[in-house]
Amino acid sequence: MKVMAQMSMVMNLDKCIGCHTCSVTCKQAWTNRTGTEYVWFNNVETRPGLGYPRTYEDQDTWQGGWVRTKRGKLKLRAGGRAKKLASIFANPKLPSIHDYYEPWTYEYDMLLSAPAGEHTPVAKPKSLLTGDDMSIQWSANWDDDLGGSTATMQDDPILKHMSEHVAEELEQTFMFYLPRICEHCLNPSCVASCPSGAMYKRVEDGIVLVDQDQCRGWRMCVTGCPYKKVYFNHKTGKAEKCTLCYPRIEVGLPTVCSETCVGRLRYLGLVLYDADKVGAAAATEAEEDLLAAQRAVFLDPNDPEVVAAARREGIPDDWITAAQRSPIWKLIHDYEVALPLHPEYRTLPMVWYIPPLSPVVDVVASSGNDGEDGRTLFAAISQLRIPLEYLAGLFTAGDTGPVERVLRRLAAMRSGMREVNLGREFPEEHAAAVGMTGDQVQEMYRLLAIAKYEERYVIPTAHTEVARELEEMACSLDFEGGPGMGGSGPFGTSSGQPTPVAVENFHALAARQTADSPHTPSSPSRVNLLNWDGRGRPSGLFPPDDGGGQDAGGPGTLPGGRQDATNEEPGGFEGSAR
Amino acid sequence: MGLTNATADQIVLWVVVPYVTFAVLVVGSIWRYRYDKFGWTTRSSELYEKRLLRWGSPMFHFGLLFVVLGHFLGLVIPKSWTEAVGISEPQYHFVATWMGSIAALVAVAGLLILIYRRRATGPVFLATTKTDKLMYVFLAGSLLSGAWATVQTQVIASGHGYDYRETISPWFRSLWYLQPEPALMAGVPAAFQVHITVAMLLFALWPFTRLVHAFSAPVQYPFRPYVVYRSREASVTSRAPRPGWDPTSTPPR
Ligand code: HEM
Ligand code: SF4
Ligand code: SF4
Repeated sequence: MKVMAQMSMVMNLDKCIGCHTCSVTCKQAWTNRTGTEYVWFNNVETRPGLGYPRTYEDQDTWQGGWVRTKRGKLKLRAGGRAKKLASIFANPKLPSIHDYYEPWTYEYDMLLSAPAGEHTPVAKPKSLLTGDDMSIQWSANWDDDLGGSTATMQDDPILKHMSEHVAEELEQTFMFYLPRICEHCLNPSCVASCPSGAMYKRVEDGIVLVDQDQCRGWRMCVTGCPYKKVYFNHKTGKAEKCTLCYPRIEVGLPTVCSETCVGRLRYLGLVLYDADKVGAAAATEAEEDLLAAQRAVFLDPNDPEVVAAARREGIPDDWITAAQRSPIWKLIHDYEVALPLHPEYRTLPMVWYIPPLSPVVDVVASSGNDGEDGRTLFAAISQLRIPLEYLAGLFTAGDTGPVERVLRRLAAMRSGMREVNLGREFPEEHAAAVGMTGDQVQEMYRLLAIAKYEERYVIPTAHTEVARELEEMACSLDFEGGPGMGGSGPFGTSSGQPTPVAVENFHALAARQTADSPHTPSSPSRVNLLNWDGRGRPSGLFPPDDGGGQDAGGPGTLPGGRQDATNEEPGGFEGSAR
Repeated sequence: MGLTNATADQIVLWVVVPYVTFAVLVVGSIWRYRYDKFGWTTRSSELYEKRLLRWGSPMFHFGLLFVVLGHFLGLVIPKSWTEAVGISEPQYHFVATWMGSIAALVAVAGLLILIYRRRATGPVFLATTKTDKLMYVFLAGSLLSGAWATVQTQVIASGHGYDYRETISPWFRSLWYLQPEPALMAGVPAAFQVHITVAMLLFALWPFTRLVHAFSAPVQYPFRPYVVYRSREASVTSRAPRPGWDPTSTPPR
């Protein structure tokens, strides 16, 4: 037994309102840069739908994840090491930008600075790749809320896999939202696909990362990941992916997507697992057995033997305690309501989902029945094959059994809690019908409905008995290539030495105040006030002063007495040593 | 022999320039690696365009691999060795010329596709840096001049063609023995002289272009376990630990 800890997430899909707040805040935090315009580490898909990138779940096309060979061994679906190397010069299975979408912006500036004319000015869409006018064809959530899905839905890989009767009955459409991030898999096929060994799984918390200094741009990881959650930064030529916000996790804070989730449906916590069993579990023969196999890899943090083994592996005591309090462990193991996304990819994903009961409730309610009545719900669950099969296609490799059990538990909770709200006893027979006790169901209700921040996010801090990162604070400006760098280095975007965060932030601030759009703005004096955070005085804030002086003159002052550099190109940093 | 019977031009072109090139290549690469690990990448443009790349890139690279192999056989293996194993000059010449020509043809065709693609595909052209353009000039220059030298002196020329294994190859090896013999290059056809000069310039440029990706060809991939684990500790800082910052621990007994 080799005990390892994994930071993992559970999302309760019933509570997702599809607001995309998680996507937006994640993008603002991580991918609002050139080269990653099309990249959404967190995206929210409407299901049924094509997903992002389009039809990524169709592994016959994209060849992500692992397959089991006849001899019972695991093989990368896109081909083993030799095939990878042979196809390195042009990766045949790499999605092109059009499978994601061509990123664009609007020429907002025209709205403000167009000369007086007969027609109302319009903000034309401009491609962020070429700067040309473009016609928008697709995006990261084009079929949001089933928009336009009569034209596209038949291409949903899950629907394609389901039996034929589905197509006819699609009129009784159901839908739900599926927020997705990297799964931080126990058996990551992205890591296995990386020819240079730049991708790795962190020993301490299982977060899967790309070493930016070691990535050589072979772009095999993009193909390797069946969830298409590794992205290629087309400006730096390096792969990037969801980091599970590790700088936040390390200090005990939840990821940005969890922190900002409007539905408060995300849970973060540790799961202990036996690393020695991962390979065998991933190579389980029948796809429907993979869920059980993955569950069997997890270790019970309350088992004294496991605790002792964890100590032997050097897992700190506060981490073991955190694993015992982990909401993830409760949802996966105690209540058994969380399921993995696409276990059939054999990567042992570690972001799990509580499947939504709402498609069932919606149908019951819209047919005039009582959507909170236990017996009606139970009956509906076993009758409504389409939502059930669809959910099974997502979470259990097609086996409706486990999905049905989860939905019945959710239904028991729903109907039972209504009784409680009406001042009656929790109906034990409902709990018993789903193999739980009334108390257990109510505990589960507490965790799903009203758990506070500290209960939803049980995140032990990283052990940093090392103070050397503090060095950066000591003298942030005297490093090689100092202030005045930033943006494009001598060998292309961001080449050169890593920039200390303090300096990077300084330049980002200066750039943000002046940057507007990738194409040349129609009037260069304009400043995008939406990007201006009120600090400093970006040039162009005021109309050019023909008399000279004032505007072209003294730079504004930032709080703290720093000079801002906004009147020149970033680079004029007065008061620095160089 | 040695340097005594060589003219000053010959010494500059066939001794000084090669050694300077070599120094720039080695020192430049080490410097680039230390200064700019982040910029050390293929900067793949496949995301923008696949159709042309699918043909151009494999043709160019595989063609080039064979060309490189051919250069190794021709320049590094002495003629006496191949003759010792029973390969006569006409046999060698025939195989080398034909295999070389096919490989060169594939590589050049691939290169033309790649260059056309760079120019004609909007996003790819926008992502092309000045260094890329300069690199392509010298890369195309080396390939085309080499191909031309082969065609002119081996294919068109009468007889068995030009035997570079009597002149260029010994000169090349003499550089490595540190006993350069520039005089060997005196009578070499101009086409070869041009090819070698352009190639030397390309090598001098190498560390400062995207061509560095060739140095990190992932030869270790087949030999490592699939899943890589790393400890967080190693990547905690962007700076190497300094003396005096060791974490607290009980002293070893
Ligand atoms: C065996 C080692 C090599 C490997 C594995 C390799 C691999 C690659 C890869 C993956 C790309 C990116 C293609 C793309 O997706 O855009 C590339 C591009 C390129 N490589 Fe190599 N390469 C190798 C050796 C070389 C050598 C020796 C040269 C030249 C002397 C070279 C010249 C180029 C050029 C010019 C490009 C840019 C193509 C373009 O987009 O215009 N490569 N290489
Ligand atoms: S989901 Fe994340 S860890 Fe799993 S294969 Fe994809 S990128 Fe790798
Ligand atoms: S923020 Fe929360 S509720 Fe909104 S889309 Fe994301 S996961 Fe759903």
